[in-house]
Amino acid sequence: MAQLELRDLSKRYGEHYAVRSVSLDVADGEFLVLLGPSGCGKTTTLRMIAGFVEPSGGSARIGGVDVTYLPPWRRNTGMVFQSYALFPHMTVAENVAFGLEMRKLDKSETAARSAEALRLVRLEGYSERLPRQLSGGQQQRVALARALAIRPDVLLLDEPLSNLDAKLREEVRIEIRELQRQLGLTTVMVTHDQEEALTVADRLVVMADGEIRQIGSQRDLYERPADRFVAGFVGRSTFLDGHVAAPDAFETAGGLRLASLTQGISGPASLALRPERLTLGPTNALDNRLPGRVEFVSYLGAVLELHVRLSPADRVVVQMPNRGDAAVPKVGDAVEVGWPREAGLVFAGQGNPAIERENQNVEA
Amino acid sequence: MRRPLDASRLGRWALDGVAALSLGFILLPLALVIWLAFFRQEIPSFPPEGYSLRWFGAVFNHRSFVGGFLLSLQVGVAATAVGLALAVPASLAIARRRFRGRAPVNTLLLMPLVVPGVVLGTSIYVFQIESEIATGWPLLGSTYGLVAAHVLIVIPWAVRLVTASLAGFDPTVEEAAKNLGAGPWTTFRRVTLPAIRPGIVAGAMFGFVMSFGNLEMSLFLVGAGRTTLPIAILQYLEWKIDPTVAAASVMQIALIGAAMLVTDRYVKISQVV
Repeated sequence: MAQLELRDLSKRYGEHYAVRSVSLDVADGEFLVLLGPSGCGKTTTLRMIAGFVEPSGGSARIGGVDVTYLPPWRRNTGMVFQSYALFPHMTVAENVAFGLEMRKLDKSETAARSAEALRLVRLEGYSERLPRQLSGGQQQRVALARALAIRPDVLLLDEPLSNLDAKLREEVRIEIRELQRQLGLTTVMVTHDQEEALTVADRLVVMADGEIRQIGSQRDLYERPADRFVAGFVGRSTFLDGHVAAPDAFETAGGLRLASLTQGISGPASLALRPERLTLGPTNALDNRLPGRVEFVSYLGAVLELHVRLSPADRVVVQMPNRGDAAVPKVGDAVEVGWPREAGLVFAGQGNPAIERENQNVEA
Repeated sequence: MRRPLDASRLGRWALDGVAALSLGFILLPLALVIWLAFFRQEIPSFPPEGYSLRWFGAVFNHRSFVGGFLLSLQVGVAATAVGLALAVPASLAIARRRFRGRAPVNTLLLMPLVVPGVVLGTSIYVFQIESEIATGWPLLGSTYGLVAAHVLIVIPWAVRLVTASLAGFDPTVEEAAKNLGAGPWTTFRRVTLPAIRPGIVAGAMFGFVMSFGNLEMSLFLVGAGRTTLPIAILQYLEWKIDPTVAAASVMQIALIGAAMLVTDRYVKISQVV
């Protein structure tokens, strides 16, 4: 295991940057997740670490050794591909032993290490099967065993769970996380699924348009998003467009004046509100208390989600826990919405960038 | 109780009927040739006067048949080997790389299939004469010259079948091999080649059969006293029409049929073609 350092890593295709100046450090044994919408450059970054894409600039070091221009077969990275990419004509055992064979280990060592890798992913009894005789989840575990068997310096996971169904996905991601911790593997995973990212990561990197928007823990990203994109992409936010009217006063497009922490921002801006930070009903001691009308109710089981119109131009989403009360607001009800001033984050610029991006990008 | 004759059953009968008719149409000449090979009399006429195996013996006593068979075999094997050596890398480039002129190159490689054999034969004939004049190297009529021309017959079949098998092969599997420490050559040998083997075998098979049976192009290119089997058969037919020719054809059919059956045991050609 070793640490990974990327310095100003870039990939340019013609005039277009797929990845621009990505710098990050992954500590020994750390699980880092690259998170972002499709086309944000996260997969290209991973492929540059693996050596499949040659960078246009910058450098990559694994365990202190510069690998920027080394071909993939000279780096000791273990990659799990989205499509698993198992060798279809080889048995499970042959698949897992392939990397060890390439390292010219002797027969007994190879056998021992492949058996060990298969045991780690709980597939001991399957060594003579062919990949096509296994389920998707089993194939995925073979791919993982194959990457683990070579004892990689860095484990690279490219959307490893996206081909599994939802139930299995939850199970496998916890399994991967436990294995990673147990073996102390330096790991970089790419995903567009934020729930997946939040579950497994030690640290997350949010990317958009080829650039890093924020690096931090789950809590950092959620509580202190660096920009409007992160605020919209990690968790959910309602964005109210408007402008900063005075220090600590935000005025919406609909003319509502809201107490907010404006942090030196002036001019056109937007206010991001987390649905679960808003409260409904008679509220006291909150900085903002506004009358509104319920326009839409979603019953999601554990929570209820209400869309409340505060002014002709302003609508917020309020999430309330489902306590089993009979008094669930109905569409058309007049309600009062309140929140403390710290609950709103003010960003320069307007609109919801995450949603706009999602609409532009069809899954690649 | 009998089921009424509904439209779907009628449709199936019609389809079966047409299929049987087409199959019969294809197999009838084959069956006739095989039947004829066993006739006793020298001038084929129906009904046969009796049956005999003597024409099979006659094939072996006829020197140009034996020589023609050996030359055809030799040219077919060599042309297939050279054709594959060119077609496999070409197919990899066409299937994997996005380069300028990819579509034209692909069309060019399939072209010999479209150009009539006589046209191909004439142009290669002229080309070989010209190059012989220019270099003094006797290309025309040599086995090399013939093999070079037959490579053109093999290439379209090999390219077509190998690209088809590459189309169903996930290139990330090659990346996985490289990630595990295999260089480009090892990756090709251990991962790509096994995956496209059915396409290569089928391509070799078809290429060989097309080369072995080629008449029009070879007519222009063989040297004096050195003929391929199809030419030997044609020449024989100019003077005689006894069943020796049929016997030779039966042996050729049996050989190709056997080769197909044997290869099908190792790779399922039906998956590629």
